[in-house]
Amino acid sequence: MNESVLSEHGCLAPGTPICAGCGGLQALQQLTRILGERTVVVNAAGCMTLLAIYPFTPFAGCWLYTAMACAPAGAQGVRDALDIRRSKGQLTVEEDLEAVVLTGDGSAYGMGLSATSAAIDRGLDFLYLCYDNEGYGNTGHQYSPATPRAAHTATSRVAGYAGSKKDLFAIWAAHRPSYVATAIAAEPQDLTRKVKKAAALNGPRLLLVLAPCPTGWGFDPALTVKIGKLAVETGIWPLKEYVDGRVVHTKIPRERKPLVDYLRLQGRFAHLFRPQPDEQRLGELQQAVDDYWQQVAE
Amino acid sequence: MTRILLTGNAAAAWGARLAAIDYVPAFPITPQTEIIETLAVWIDGGQMAARLVTLESEHSMLTAAGAASVTGVRVFTATSSQGLLYGMEMLYNLAGWRAPLVLINVSRGLSAPITLEPDHNDVLAARDSGFLQLHCATCQEVVDSVLLAYRLAEDPQVRLPVIVNLDGFYLSFTREPVALPDPAAVADFLPPFSDCGLYFRGGQPSSQAMAVLGGTAYSYFRYQVHLAAEQAAAVYAEVAADFERRFGRCYSAVEAYRCDDAELVLVMIGSFATKAKAAVDGLRAAGQKVGLVRPRLLRPFPSADLRQLLGHRKGVAVIDQNLSPGRGGILHTELAAALYGLPDGGPLLASFVGGLGGRDIAAAEFAQIVEVLRQAVQEGIAPPPRLLFTEEELQQVRRLQAIAHGSRDKDGEGTA
Repeated sequence: MNESVLSEHGCLAPGTPICAGCGGLQALQQLTRILGERTVVVNAAGCMTLLAIYPFTPFAGCWLYTAMACAPAGAQGVRDALDIRRSKGQLTVEEDLEAVVLTGDGSAYGMGLSATSAAIDRGLDFLYLCYDNEGYGNTGHQYSPATPRAAHTATSRVAGYAGSKKDLFAIWAAHRPSYVATAIAAEPQDLTRKVKKAAALNGPRLLLVLAPCPTGWGFDPALTVKIGKLAVETGIWPLKEYVDGRVVHTKIPRERKPLVDYLRLQGRFAHLFRPQPDEQRLGELQQAVDDYWQQVAE
Repeated sequence: MTRILLTGNAAAAWGARLAAIDYVPAFPITPQTEIIETLAVWIDGGQMAARLVTLESEHSMLTAAGAASVTGVRVFTATSSQGLLYGMEMLYNLAGWRAPLVLINVSRGLSAPITLEPDHNDVLAARDSGFLQLHCATCQEVVDSVLLAYRLAEDPQVRLPVIVNLDGFYLSFTREPVALPDPAAVADFLPPFSDCGLYFRGGQPSSQAMAVLGGTAYSYFRYQVHLAAEQAAAVYAEVAADFERRFGRCYSAVEAYRCDDAELVLVMIGSFATKAKAAVDGLRAAGQKVGLVRPRLLRPFPSADLRQLLGHRKGVAVIDQNLSPGRGGILHTELAAALYGLPDGGPLLASFVGGLGGRDIAAAEFAQIVEVLRQAVQEGIAPPPRLLFTEEELQQVRRLQAIAHGSRDKDGEGTA
């Protein structure tokens, strides 16, 4: 790989087929810059699978594609084999690698949840980055267990998604792993601090990163950062971390912006504003955010 | 050489121990579980320098197995039946990753209805996965086949995963005298794991199992797997010859039993072939020119060996311990393809399905199969495929149905 390209772009080279304005790629960019090239990225089926298409890879480190359900199990095999090679003197400390699981929400919230749960049970020393774009993005954005209530997707085109977004942070934290955090690329200082913190720990470390998705959510790629910031400022995406048995909010929006500021920029919520604002449903969505923060305050 | 009594499962565990494996991703399932329990005891007790990790499913187990293999260690794992099917997606992946590991499958019939005893629908579902397949008939063959399998899998001309198959209950839980090869001799036969330069290491980044776009690159990698599997036939012959030189036991790709002057030949795989051998002995004693052919190697399919062994016989009866609904016996189909187009038309081929879910095949049935085959040869017409099932068995099922219906009717009255 061309050194000058990498020094400019961290450990993730440009020129991938990922959509313009992808919030997941921004987060991955920041993560790889911190972790460096001593990594094996273990991937599950999703948008990011298309980062490494034979014979090209944007990664300065290693890559292993597994399947949709089992990336944490792949990380287990990689970690164990590296440990075995270390113990046999076939690998030096400098040659050792960090196993990094990279999946979307489709895998993390659903098909891969069993494998993730078990990897945490086993105390696997790995880092998990979930880029959560709130739908099965790579297949055209059908609803997933991560889709927020009322969002239009390719399989909820009329009234929007009838379910509610699953609380994966709470599920992960209930396993009592070394570290869990939510983050977003639009808050780079918060994300950087969390990646560094995770990198300094051992055991299961999980990062759940909201990934604004211009293609699936229906907004101009130029708005990715703005929408990401609004997700935090409106309070719909709480930034928090779980460490040593405690959940701490890392950025509390004291004066939360109205949720409609976030919703109205996205095509997936346009039906809530046409022909006139659906005050009842918008009110319910706002109430859910208010309830969350009320409970945090208590 | 001293021989000790071992179950088929213990023999499989001994194979792994002698092969000095590094890593065992595990998941329990009947009738395989004794294998991982045995290895766990040895590893915990320090008799084996390996790591065993229990995953939460066979799908994850196979993923961890493949990932460890391509990271550069010798991997052993085992499953059965539903477990093999649960991990099926990863079987195809691991072959594509060219992960040279060994997977024991302890055959068991597939659900539904769920059952415990063996047939071969589980392992034959993996037929097209890219895993090579060795099929065992005795406990001795199990321990030896694990060693053969590693040599085959790790050969630079092959680099493919291998399934070693043994039948649940009939072999997994049956104790037979087994001569354990001397560990030093095994170490000489099977050198330490060679990563062939393919593994993950800091400072030397590599990507494995990447996506491809379009049919050209895809076809190239798929053809590579096929060509490697085809090359495995010649490699297997070399490896088996080397094994025989060192250990005195012959494991040709196809075993021919009392076939020299045989006019009629039975074809079977697995432990039930030992029943067929006993039947052949009985028929031979009665003056019939009958033999048995047992493929050990099923992938790559030993077509040339089978043509040579069977091409000039009068009749061949394939007894399939599996069922492809709407088609019939799978081995019958495969053998028909191998024997097709012989200059003189080849032998008359008859198909029998039996031994499903551990259902016995009695000596009298083997005799009848041979009789049906002899009749067909005389008439020159292949008989329709037969499903082995006796009148007495049908009565048994009728009795079970009467109980099931009777109790249902009674319950119905109670709630009326």
